[in-house]
Amino acid sequence: MMAVVAARELADGEVVFVGIGLPNLACNLARRTHAPNLVLIYESGAVGATPSRLPVSIGDPALVTGSLMVCGMADVFQLFLQNGRIEVGFLGGAQVDRHGNINTTVIGPYARPKVRLPGSGGAAEIAIHAQRILIVSKLSPRSFPERVDFLTSPGQRVAKVITDKGVLERDTASGDLVLAGLYPGVEATDVRAGVGWKLESRAKLNRLEPPTTTELQLLREVLDPQRLYLKS
Amino acid sequence: MQDAVARHVRDGDVVVIEGFTHLISFAAGHEIIRQRRRDLTLCRLTPDLIYDQMIAAGCAKKLVFSWAGNPGVGSLHAFRRAVEGQTLEIEEYSHFGMVARFSAGAARLPFWTLRDYAGTDLPRVNPRIKAVTCPYTGEELATVPALNPDVTIVHAQRADAQGNTQIWGLLGVQKEAAFASQRVIVVVEELVDERVIRSDPNRTLIPATIVSAVVVEPWGAHPSYAQGYYDRDNEFYIGWDTISRESAGLSHYLDEFVYGVRDRAEYMQKQPRLAERLKAGEQRCAGVNYGF
Repeated sequence: MMAVVAARELADGEVVFVGIGLPNLACNLARRTHAPNLVLIYESGAVGATPSRLPVSIGDPALVTGSLMVCGMADVFQLFLQNGRIEVGFLGGAQVDRHGNINTTVIGPYARPKVRLPGSGGAAEIAIHAQRILIVSKLSPRSFPERVDFLTSPGQRVAKVITDKGVLERDTASGDLVLAGLYPGVEATDVRAGVGWKLESRAKLNRLEPPTTTELQLLREVLDPQRLYLKS
Repeated sequence: MQDAVARHVRDGDVVVIEGFTHLISFAAGHEIIRQRRRDLTLCRLTPDLIYDQMIAAGCAKKLVFSWAGNPGVGSLHAFRRAVEGQTLEIEEYSHFGMVARFSAGAARLPFWTLRDYAGTDLPRVNPRIKAVTCPYTGEELATVPALNPDVTIVHAQRADAQGNTQIWGLLGVQKEAAFASQRVIVVVEELVDERVIRSDPNRTLIPATIVSAVVVEPWGAHPSYAQGYYDRDNEFYIGWDTISRESAGLSHYLDEFVYGVRDRAEYMQKQPRLAERLKAGEQRCAGVNYGF
C-alpha cells in the first residue's frame, strides 16, 4: 500500500531523485502505470535509469545498463541537485518529527550515541534542494517523536509523509505535519497511536483507494517477486 | 599489489579507497590489512565493508565519511562498535560535502563552497563545516575544506602499462579523489595496450601523469563489482551482517580470507564457484567515429 500511494504521488514527466527500497518500487511502479516518462535519477550517477531487476543497492549495475546518462557524483550534486533540476526527492529515516525534520545520524547524544546510524549520505542536500520531498516511513511513536535527536535533513520542503496507515501533509500555516488521508479500514486514532505528538487533522480526511489489481500484480510479480521490500 | 602497498601506503597516512558501490578495491584494502598498516586516516563517502574490515583489523585511527552503512542491508557492525565504544575518531559530512572536499583538493583550492547544511545539525558536530559570505551577492554559503590524501587507490576496468585508466559505469568521485592525491595506485581488471586507450580517449578518467603505480588484479573489487566484468555479490553483502555482528566472527573471516591468503588469486581459488556465479553478461555499446 505504501509503495502504491507513493507511486500515485508522482506525475508523468517529473524528475525524481530515487532512494533504494520502497521509493525505488514506487518510482518503477509509476513508470509502468500512469507516468511512463518519469525520469529516475539515482545519487550514484545514473540518469534516466530503467532497471531490469530490483536494485539491491543505490549503485546497482542494472541502473547503468540502458540508462540515458551516467555522470560522476560531483555532477549529480552540483549540476542536477544544487542547480534545482530535481522536482521530487524521496527520503526515509529512523526518526521524523512534527516539522518533518529527519534524523538518520544518531539516537542519543552525538558524542555518546545509544545507536549509531549511517548518517546523511545525500539526504541533507536532497532535503534542501529537491522542490518537493516525500517521506516514506512506518508509524511508531519511536520513529515519530516530537523532536528528532539529531537533525540530519531539514523538513521545510517535506510535502507528504506516506506511512503504513495513512498520509500526513505539511500544514502551511503551522508548519506542522497533520493527518490528511487514511488507508482502507484505518481510523484516525490508529494513526495518532503511532505518532509521538498531538497530531492535528485536516477538516476533511481523504479515504485512499486500495491498490488496483494491476498495481498489485506489477509489484508482486514483476517489480519485487522475492518480496525484498514488500513485507509490509 | 604487495610492492605498491609497501611503497605507497605508510603508517599514519591519509588513505582513500574510492568507488561508489562500483569498483571498490577490496584487494588493496586486504593487502593493507596484511601489511599491518596502523594509524591511518581512512576517507570515503561510504566506508562500505572494506573500511569495516580495516577498522576491525586495527588499521584506522580516524574515519572521514558521509554514509556508514551496509548498502541495502543495514549497519556496519565494526564501525558501530568502534563509534559506540568511542575507540575511533570520526569526521562526518554529507555526500555533497565529501564530493566538494575532493573537488577542492583536485583543483588545489583551500575550500569549496556549496549551498548546503542550512538547518541541519552537521556543522554543530563538525566544526570544519564553516560558512563564507559571497563577495558578489552577499549570500551566505557553506564551505568544506579541501581533502588532499597521501594516497588514493582506484580500481578500474582497464589501463595501459603507464597508468592511463579507463572506467565505465558508475564513476563516483574517483577522478576528483585521484587528482587531489599526492600518490595514486590504480588497480585494474585488465592491462591493455596503449592503442586500446588511444582508440577511445573519452573513456579515460585518470591519466598516467598522475599515477604512481599500476597493479593488475582481476576480481580485485569483489564483493563490489566491475561493470562488464562481474556483478555485485549481494549475497556476500547480506552475509556480512552475520559475519560481522560479533567481533569473533569478523576475526575468523579476516584470518581465513585476508591473513590466510597471499593475494587475490589465492582468495579466488578459495571460492571456486564465485566467478561462475557473478560473471557479467554481454551488453555491448555501439562504437563512435573519432575520425576528422
